[in-house]
Amino acid sequence: MNASFLVDGAAVWPVLVPLAAAAITLLLRYHETVQRSVMEAAVLLMLASSVLLLGRVISFDTVSVAFGGWGAPFGITFVADRLGALGSVAVGTAALAVAVFARADIRSRRRRAGFDPMFLAMLAAVNGAFLTGDLFNLYVWFELMLIAAVGLITLDRRAAQLDGAVRYATLSILGASFILLGIGLLYAETGTLDLVRMASEVAGRPPTVARTAAAFLLLAGFALKTGLFPLFFWLPSSYHTAPTSVSAALAGLLTKVAFYASLRVFVSVFGLVDGIAVPGLATALALVAAATMLVGVLAANAQTDIRRVFAYQVTGQVGYLAAGLSIASLAGIAAAIYYMVHTLLLQTGLFLGEGAIARATGSHDLRRAGGLMRLRPRFAALYAVLLLSLAGVPPFSGFWSKFMVIDAAFRGGSTIIALIALAASFLTLYGMSNLWTQVFWKTPPERKRAVRPIPPAMLAALTILAACTIGMGLFVEPVTRFARHAAAQVTPGTERVPSMPPPAAEAP
Amino acid sequence: MTATYALLAAILAGCALYMILSRNLVRMMLGLSLLATAVNLMLFLTGRIGRMQPPIIPDSRTTLPQAATDPVPQALILTAIVIGFALTVTLTVLIVRTYRAHGTLASDAIRAADTLGDPLRPESKR
Repeated sequence: MNASFLVDGAAVWPVLVPLAAAAITLLLRYHETVQRSVMEAAVLLMLASSVLLLGRVISFDTVSVAFGGWGAPFGITFVADRLGALGSVAVGTAALAVAVFARADIRSRRRRAGFDPMFLAMLAAVNGAFLTGDLFNLYVWFELMLIAAVGLITLDRRAAQLDGAVRYATLSILGASFILLGIGLLYAETGTLDLVRMASEVAGRPPTVARTAAAFLLLAGFALKTGLFPLFFWLPSSYHTAPTSVSAALAGLLTKVAFYASLRVFVSVFGLVDGIAVPGLATALALVAAATMLVGVLAANAQTDIRRVFAYQVTGQVGYLAAGLSIASLAGIAAAIYYMVHTLLLQTGLFLGEGAIARATGSHDLRRAGGLMRLRPRFAALYAVLLLSLAGVPPFSGFWSKFMVIDAAFRGGSTIIALIALAASFLTLYGMSNLWTQVFWKTPPERKRAVRPIPPAMLAALTILAACTIGMGLFVEPVTRFARHAAAQVTPGTERVPSMPPPAAEAP
Repeated sequence: MTATYALLAAILAGCALYMILSRNLVRMMLGLSLLATAVNLMLFLTGRIGRMQPPIIPDSRTTLPQAATDPVPQALILTAIVIGFALTVTLTVLIVRTYRAHGTLASDAIRAADTLGDPLRPESKR
């Protein structure tokens, strides 16, 4: 194994490292400390390889690997472009925070139940979905993700967890069947499963019945997995049952990778931006996005269990992603990409912080929390950053992501989407102020036991993610420029046709 | 032939969706497996049905002969069957554990996830 081999295969390492480590940790199941160290080392190595990949992608545009030496029409390829590599780095960062948090949260019983191998398998699947260049391969990664997630949710084998996992598994399998049907129809029409070749087969041709059916089957499947209205009900009834580290990883990663898949398929293959897309696709996306934003935030504001507040917020936030996609302009896609990275990191942080609140107060209930501002000031400061970012207050990344989506919507003529996004933002601000007041400012109710200390591992995990949202907010220009490049790269025709305006001219 | 096949897949998918709507978890699981079968039949159709040669490249050539079938759908179905099997096993284990924990298979009687942190209940347990 020499250095060039390591660098040439850059697109494979973010998948291979956690997958191999999953097998190793499975063998070390009863050696808890060793198992944990292997998991942590693997997550670090995975993040490092994703960063290496990002560096390669910045200088070479795309990095691809063809397995077994079989070229694109026959073999399966891994193709990392800017969007895939960016997603992979975000996944690595969120995974690092979860791994640090798990030191304090995942005790020996959960480790023996298999937290480490399943967590690593899920990470491998998420990275695989971000980096594969083959549509059927994408479907396979989604199924691996699903199986690992089901195992993670039921880690404690509680009745509520089993119930939640059944709901999650049945609906996800149904969604996966729709996705597979859509892939089959696309294959029947184009004769290939490679995303790039598929795009060139479809480009410039008017939509056919098969392609329209495929588009809406894929929309249904991906909308279900992303947690979009009206197919999101499995999400708030399963995520809150899992252990905190698991909820955080699921909330951060799974819905976002499903959104990434829909972005990739609808923009690159179906040509959402060039206007030759399947009729009604953008309208359907806009309707779904508007309903998701409103329903998600309204339902979140009605909850009293903090886990459920954030579970509904996960759906509310993916509504903004779909809104960015539905605008069907380069600026909208770029906004959705920036928003995807922001919300991937932020949702992980919010759930982790919820775990810290529960650790301190002994309850997940808003009504039983209170007084943490005075008792746990350092945690309060960290969590304030995350809550303000979710509410969309500058200078955090939450402000810029919402600003970009709303700005792109006004410019793209989707005024209604922009207004609904604004309304949902105000409602989120209300919800987060309420949450902050209840948890940190309210006079605490009578407690049977004193407030416990928050372990340093939990604070460290929150620091990583708070630093990310501050960094993405302060250095917004380089990140958005990268997002615009990534958007131009996934949109067919924009880089090759010189008559098109450069992407930078269209963005805010 | 193709029409018959498509009709068969459609009927299977219809039966599967009907079973998935059932309130019995085991019936729902069987419905999902049946749906996977219907999808596999559809995948089979994407390779077109007809009298064709097996997809084997002869020694004298480097590409498939013109009359060969498309090997990709067959590979896809094989993979989809394996994945479907894994999903069915996972779901079965899950349903067995759910039955042990709740003592019932009626999905509308299993509400543990809903009651956990329900805002309408006075104070949620940990």
